[in-house]
Order: sequence, then C-alpha cells, then structure tokens
Amino acid sequence: MSDPTTTYSFLLGRFSLASLPLNEHIVVVTFVVVALLGLALLGAITYFRLWGYLWREWFTTVDHKRVGIMYMVLGIVMLLRGFSDAIMMRLQQAMAFNGSEGYLNAHHYDQIFTAHGVIMIFFVAMPLVTGLMNYVVPLQIGARDVSFPFLNNFSFWMTAGGAVIVMMSLFVGEFAKTGWLAYPPLSGIQYSPDVGVDYYIWALQVAGVGTTLSGINLICTIIKMRCPGMTMMKMPVFTWTSLCTNVLIVATFPVLTAVLVLLALDRYLGMNFFTNDFGGNPMMYVNLIWIWGHPEVYILILPAFGIFSEVTSTFSGKRLFGYTSMVYATVCITILSYLVWLHHFFTMGSGASVNSFFGITTMIISIPTGAKMFNWLFTMYRGRVRFELPMMWTLAFMLIFVIGGMTGVLLAVPPADFVLHNSLFLVAHFHNVIIGGVLFGLFAGMTYWFPKAFGFRLDPFWGKMSFWFWVTGFFFAFMPLYVLGLMGVTRRLRVFDDPSLQIWFLLAGFGAFLILCGILSFLMQIAVSIMRRASLRDVTGDPWHGRTLEWATSSPPPDYNFAFTPVVHDGDAWWDMKARGYQRPLSGYKPIHMPRNTPAGLFLAGFSVVLAVALIWYVWWLAAIAFVGLLTTAIGHTFNYKRDFYIPADEVAHTEGERTRLLAAQV
Amino acid sequence: MGKLVSKLRLFALLPLAALLTGCNFVVLKPAGDVAEQQRDLIIASTILMLLVIVPVMVLTVIFAWRYRHTNKDAPYDPDWSHSTQLELVIWAAPLMIIICLGALTWMGTHLLDPYRPLDRIAPGEPVAKDVRPLNVEVVALDWKWLFIYPEQKIALVNEFAAPVDRPISFRITSSSVMNSFYVPALAGMIYAMPGMETKLHAVINKAGAYQGFSANYSGAGFSGMHFTFRGLSDADFDAWIAQARASSDNLGRQEYLQLERPSENVPVRRYGTVDPQLFAAIVNRCVEPGKMCAHEMMAIDAKGGLGLAGIDLMRLHYDKTVRRGAVFGPTPSYLVSICTIEEANAALDQSAVLNLPINGSPILGAGLPRPSFTPLPSPRSTWLLDGRRPQRS
Repeated sequence: MSDPTTTYSFLLGRFSLASLPLNEHIVVVTFVVVALLGLALLGAITYFRLWGYLWREWFTTVDHKRVGIMYMVLGIVMLLRGFSDAIMMRLQQAMAFNGSEGYLNAHHYDQIFTAHGVIMIFFVAMPLVTGLMNYVVPLQIGARDVSFPFLNNFSFWMTAGGAVIVMMSLFVGEFAKTGWLAYPPLSGIQYSPDVGVDYYIWALQVAGVGTTLSGINLICTIIKMRCPGMTMMKMPVFTWTSLCTNVLIVATFPVLTAVLVLLALDRYLGMNFFTNDFGGNPMMYVNLIWIWGHPEVYILILPAFGIFSEVTSTFSGKRLFGYTSMVYATVCITILSYLVWLHHFFTMGSGASVNSFFGITTMIISIPTGAKMFNWLFTMYRGRVRFELPMMWTLAFMLIFVIGGMTGVLLAVPPADFVLHNSLFLVAHFHNVIIGGVLFGLFAGMTYWFPKAFGFRLDPFWGKMSFWFWVTGFFFAFMPLYVLGLMGVTRRLRVFDDPSLQIWFLLAGFGAFLILCGILSFLMQIAVSIMRRASLRDVTGDPWHGRTLEWATSSPPPDYNFAFTPVVHDGDAWWDMKARGYQRPLSGYKPIHMPRNTPAGLFLAGFSVVLAVALIWYVWWLAAIAFVGLLTTAIGHTFNYKRDFYIPADEVAHTEGERTRLLAAQV
Repeated sequence: MGKLVSKLRLFALLPLAALLTGCNFVVLKPAGDVAEQQRDLIIASTILMLLVIVPVMVLTVIFAWRYRHTNKDAPYDPDWSHSTQLELVIWAAPLMIIICLGALTWMGTHLLDPYRPLDRIAPGEPVAKDVRPLNVEVVALDWKWLFIYPEQKIALVNEFAAPVDRPISFRITSSSVMNSFYVPALAGMIYAMPGMETKLHAVINKAGAYQGFSANYSGAGFSGMHFTFRGLSDADFDAWIAQARASSDNLGRQEYLQLERPSENVPVRRYGTVDPQLFAAIVNRCVEPGKMCAHEMMAIDAKGGLGLAGIDLMRLHYDKTVRRGAVFGPTPSYLVSICTIEEANAALDQSAVLNLPINGSPILGAGLPRPSFTPLPSPRSTWLLDGRRPQRS
C-alpha cells in the first residue's frame, strides 16, 4: 500500500459499517424482503427435509439434464432481479421532469442501469441459453451425457457464483456505476475508486470461467458423442447452432477474461494499460471488449435461431426448408461476427475507410440472417401450422425481429450511426433483437421442451396471457424509445429538461408494466402447470409430434437418456424412425456406464466466490486462504477415483418396463 | 394470430400519430447541412430495407394463416424442403439490397467523414474560396463543456455560437473520461477522449438556439452535461464575441485546473482572454505546471527513450480526499517536464528547436545498451495534433 493517507483494516480490508447502504431506503426494504423470502425458502426446505435430496440429486449432480434445469432456474431468478432494475429505471425516467429529480439519486441510478445490463446478459440470457443447450443437445445427438460431466457441474456453479457476487453488491457496498461494459478511464481506479467496478470484474471473471468451460464441454460433446449415423449434416439445426455458439464462446470469452485481467491490473497494481497517462490507451479496452462483445450477441441469438428452426419445422409438420443453407448461414454468421466489432464505436474517430469496412461487414451478416428468415417462411409454406405456444412465440419473433434487424442495419451505416449512436434509438434496437429474438426464442424453447424435462405440458392459458402481455408490452416499452431516439434523446440520462418528452417515457413505463404482467403470468403458468400436472401429463414422450431424437425417449428421460444408443439414418431422425414403424426394443438390456456425482464443483465455486469477495474488499489474508483452498480442492479432486458406476441391466430393464406399461396403458 | 399482431400494431400507432405532431424530431429535421445529409441517408437506407422487410412480414402473416392446421384446403407437402431456384432467390434478394446499401454506405461514409473539411454549406452551394472555417476547440470536463475560440481568444463554458453558413472546424478532447460531443441539429456526434483529439466539421444553416449534450455516459453529473449552441447572423455573432470579450475573466492554466474539477449543472461562463496553448496542453495532458507533455514523452520514446535516468516523477496533488492510487501500485504521479513550460510553448508554437538536456552519464535502466540519442533536430511538436506518427530518423 503506497498511499500513506489511506489505511485499511487488516481483518476486514476496506469494509466497514459505512459500506452498508443503510441510508438507501429502497435497498434496505429490498434487503428485508429478500431476506424474509430467503428465510422462508430455507425454512421450507428444512421443514420438508429436502436438504439431503437437494444435495444428492441436484447440487452435486453431473447429469446434464439436471445441470440444465439448474441453469434455467438461475436464469429465471436473475430475470426477476434484472427486470426490477428495468422497471426502476422506467419509473425514474418517467418521473424526472419539470425540475423533479425523480426518486433515485445518481449514485443509485447509475448502479441500476449498469446492473440491469450486466445481469440481463450474463446472468439471465447466458444461463438460459446454456441451460437449454445443456439439456437438449445430448438428447438430440443420442448421447448419455456431455463429454465432461463433472466439468458441467463445475461450470454451472461458477456461473451461479458470479450471480451471487453481483447480488451481494446490492446489499454490501455498491455495484459499478460505469455502464455495462465499464469503459475506462471511468472504470479505472482514478475515477471509480470504490468497490463497484471490482464487483463487476470479479463477478464476470468467476462466471466467465464457467461459460468458457461449458463451451469447451459442449463442443467436445457435439463433435465426439453423436450417435452412429449422425453425420454433421444430419445434426438437428439446434445442435448446429449450439456448436457454432460454443465455438464463439471458446474463441471470445478468453478475450473478455484477458481484458478484465488488464483492467484489474490497472486497478490493483497501478499498471497503465487503459489510463490516460503513461502511454495507457482507453480505446484499447474498447476494442478488446467489443471483440468479445459483438460475438456475444451472436452467442445468444444463434441458439434462439436453432430453437425457431426446430419449432417451425415441428409445428408445421414439415421438414425444415433449406437445411443445408440454414447450416451454411449459421456458419457464415459465426465467422462474420468476428469482423464487425468496430461498429460499436464508429464515432470514436476511425477513418472513413475503416468505418465503411466495418459497416459493410455488418450489413453482410443480414444476408445469411435474411436467408434464415426466408427458410422459416418456406417451412410454413405447404405445411400444417399448429398455433401452439412455441409457434406463437416464433411468429411473434418473425414479425418483431425483422424490425430490429432493419434498425440494426440502419445503425451499421456509419453516417446514420453518427446521429443515432448511444441514443434511445439504439437502446430500442438492441432490446428489439434481444427480447424479440433471444428472449422469445427462450420462451419458445422453454414451452417446447418443458414437457420433455418434466413429463407434463405448460398450461396454455397462462402461457398465452404471458405471450400477449410480452408482445404488447414490448411495443409499448420500446417503440417510444425509437421515437425518442429520433428526437435526439441519449441514453442513461437521469433527469430531463424538455417536458414534451415525458409522455413517451410514460408510455414506455406502461410497456414495462405490461411486461411485468407477462413475467408474472409466466410464473403463474409454471405454478398452475405444476398444480394441474395430472391433466397436462404426457406419457408418450412425444407430445408435439417431434422430429428429433430427444422425443424418442421418455419424458422426463431416464438418467441414461437412451437404453440403447439410437442409430440415425436421416436428418429428422425421430420423424424418420416413426415413418419406418420403429419399435422400441424390449429386451437385451446391458449395464450402463455412468458418471458419479461429486460436490467438488460446488466447493471450487464456493472458494472462487470467497476469493473474489476477498479481492474486492482487499481482505488479503482471506484471499490467500481461499486461493489455497481452491488449489487444494482442485488437486484433491484429481485423486478422486470413484468417478463412475454402472446402472445394472436389471434396473434398466425395470425402468424401460415401466415405460412400456405406461405406453401400453395409453393406447 | 399473426394478423392479430399486425392489427394490434396499427392500433398502437393511432394515438402515437397524434403525439408525433407535437414533437421535435431534431434528427429528422436538423438545421445543419451535415445533419441533413445524414438524415437523408437514414431515410434512403430505411426505404431500401423496407423493400425486403415488408414482403417478409406480409408473407409471414399470409403463410401462417393460409397453412394453418385447420385449413384442410391448403396443400400439405411434408417432405418438400428444397428448391434450388427459391434458395437462389432468398439469398440473392438480401444480397442485392446489401450491395446497394453497401455502395451508399461507402460513399456516404467518405463524404460525411467528420474529419473531412466541408466542401459545401448547403446543397448546390460550395464553400466560397475566401471563407476560412471558424475554429472551435472543445473540451469535455466533469461535467460541463469548455469551448475555446483560438482566433477570437475567448472561452466559454456550456455555450458556443457560430455564424450561419460559415463552416465550423472543431477539435475535440476531454479532460478526464470519455464523453461524446453531440449537437443533433448541427451534425453527428464524435467522442471526446482524454489524451486524444478528434475532429468534426459542420455548418449551421438556420439561425436559432439548439441543444447540445454529451452522448456518452461519463459519471454522476452526466445528465446535466448539456449546452446551448447558437446559430447567429454575422452581426449577431460579432456582438456575441464582443460580449464574451467584455468579461474580465482570464482562463489560464491555474483557472483551468480549478474549472476542471467535478461540478454539475454549471451555468454559462465567459472568459475574455484565454491561454493560447491551453488546448494543446490539455490534449497532451500537461496543464499542471512542470508536467511533461505526452507529445514530448512520445518524441523521446521514438528516439529510444532516456531509460531510468529520464524518469523524474512528481506526485499528483489533485483531489486528495479520494484515494486515487491502485492498492499495490505506485502512488499516481507524473513525469516532470524536461524543459520549462515556456520552452514547450515555444516548441508548440513555432516548432522551434527543443533543446533537450543530454545526460552523458551511463544509462541506468534494465541493463540495456544505451540507445543512441541525439537532440531532436527540429521536432514538429505539433505532429500529434496533425494525427501523424513521428518518423524515426
């Protein structure tokens, strides 16, 4: 410590009672509510004696299906947090007119919009996308699990650890006040000396480890574990998009990790990568973070495209139009997504030729995307379109996403970007593609695969309520922002001078309220479906007349997914099997080799969280202990030789026999 | 279902249409030629894209309705999944649009490059030969804007003006964090970044008062970081300059260091005189007395550096209440200038010979062989401001 004027306590680092936001009433009330709900939850778990069950069957599980479900739960819980931030912002912006300061001071408001962005991307969209890929991909390729089941559990806990760190910043200290990408020099130690940016850095670093490892895991799974006959060009489109997404993850997340390490070195060790003086260059950070940041949006949207492909084909009762061009379009987008990052900062003074290059590469991405759109269109053509919920989400996507695509290409024209950059038009654009694309895709995927995961469908009434609230809410919340952008209103403003703008913010606030109803309806849908599960039950394992392998097994699938590894002859494998009159084999079961559960991932992530928190608060002794704990656990785990077991043939025969009985009762 | 969505959208548009009439769509109705051309490009691109977007939306609704499950009259062909002609069309249609849009983008980006001096002040009105652009130096501070008029030798906070139909040439930088300089009625934005200089060329065609602001979030006082831009007739502009000149305040380095400190919602201030080297010192981060300028440091580095012997650090005093150093790193400090401010100013001014003291003692740094170092013959100290890298001799 070089500055003699600042001293930190050895025991607690820079933590003191003053670090608790006790004077922020909103935070205190939130804390009380969260604490009460948390206590109620813990109490309920204890009362119903669920700890052992949760520990054995969920926390330590290496089953890709359970890990996938845990990812989904994490994403939905964090959606509530991220959305609370959104509605607080909408309220502030609707109120702060005519001299009113609104109800949030700058200190609080600036944390909220930062947290909203970080949480929605890293802890809502990413877990939901990863969760679906985790659950569905091994089933679609006829595998028993992912390539590295323990790694999968570890990845999940690291992501959850990152979420824990972000949530902690709400009640202990503060979060970053820098915007979701934390551009230096604002995020440097000189202009953000508090813990906020450190929370940001370490939350993303911990979660980033999980994301990268899960990317490696899924690439290996898709490349190495496909069932016999499933050549690359016979893979379901969702698996293809997952493959491309994970290639993007593995190629780009290390860049994020590196750039955050550099920022941390600046902040902790006084290096000068991104400072104003001593040859530092903040624009280097901007370049690096967007080299990760732009592919990131394709990491999110590609799996959604995959979901739409599966859903359109299934609910049109028809083979996907242009499978080959769909695959090539996906690969094109994957490659092109690396060549466009500069379009996020056309206005930082690059030359005209550089700007044109990146503008035009960005537009080129719209060609494969447009081709995909036409492919979905012509999949419906001469089909039998059933307007079930997943298909409704898909149609809403097709109508809304093209608007977002159009405004996106518009923003890729540099002179247009010069007047629209950082405006509410931009905010409307990316919400248009992320809500209309990613989120609608995730809702379609969740409703589509829910019966596979739990054996009963989601209640259609509340699903439709949620759908209509979301769609109308989307228009109300974001069309006014397009309008405001054309009036030259920039983003992240806390107070406004021009009273004529207020009506638009009120409209947007109303839209946010409708979306709130949509989220509540979605939660209601899950609750109602659980209560009415008997009448929503599906015993066939194939409730939608599916086309791909995941529908070939029971719902929920047994631990081992498939009693016999399927053999595939056609792209739409299960459709083909049904058309050929496939019969389930009823005998000849063999013992199945399975991975064994382990708590090592949970411990590793736990130590990582402690390490991160110690580093955030400068509690060096705790950081040292946590680091040693982390290393010891990691090394210790390599000596754990009890990693696998066999499900005896009798047990497989019993499980399959049960299913045979159920199927027979159905007919 | 799809139809319902589109109906709903139309319905949602009705009250909006009423609202739209009362609004100031400054981006679509600007008052400067550059912003107007940018607006035209927005409209042209949108129309081009609608050529493919509208058919897709219409087809989506038509197909979804015509091939609905209950419509048994529609043909059903569950295995039809490929048509080479159709695939050619669906790849070619967006491709054609993008070729047109790409051409438009290439031309528009080059014509409207903010660094490019204007060649016209309005459609069909080229810049007259004898007209020199008005130079304005812009500095984004925490959280206000400083405008320096180097020729008129005045400076203002949170207000600036320009005569109608005279090209304006902006040089823009920032004191601490990134901001973006944006007057929607005048021209597109450009970032204001510390230690860097960006440029913008624009012209205002209608007299009036327009709002400008920072379009990049820069911290707690960001919301109040706006200013007024006045488009004035020549006579009014002269009067406006005279009004500023009448102020007895001087903006020297010490006054700037005071002004630079964080403050919010700052009212307009006028300075009748201004240090002519201030902007260059801000860009080179050497306003503090005795601090070495970035361009000097780079010039030394380009010659191979001075090794450890050349490192002479002074500590920052600024804002002691906030901890500004990294926890394990050195206390923030800066490199002390080798020459006096006057010498540096002389160098900036006339590109005079910079007499760097030559340290003849063996170099102390890192065990490296001493780089051959000769005094800079004639350092164009303003090279940084021209946006060029120095050439190694």
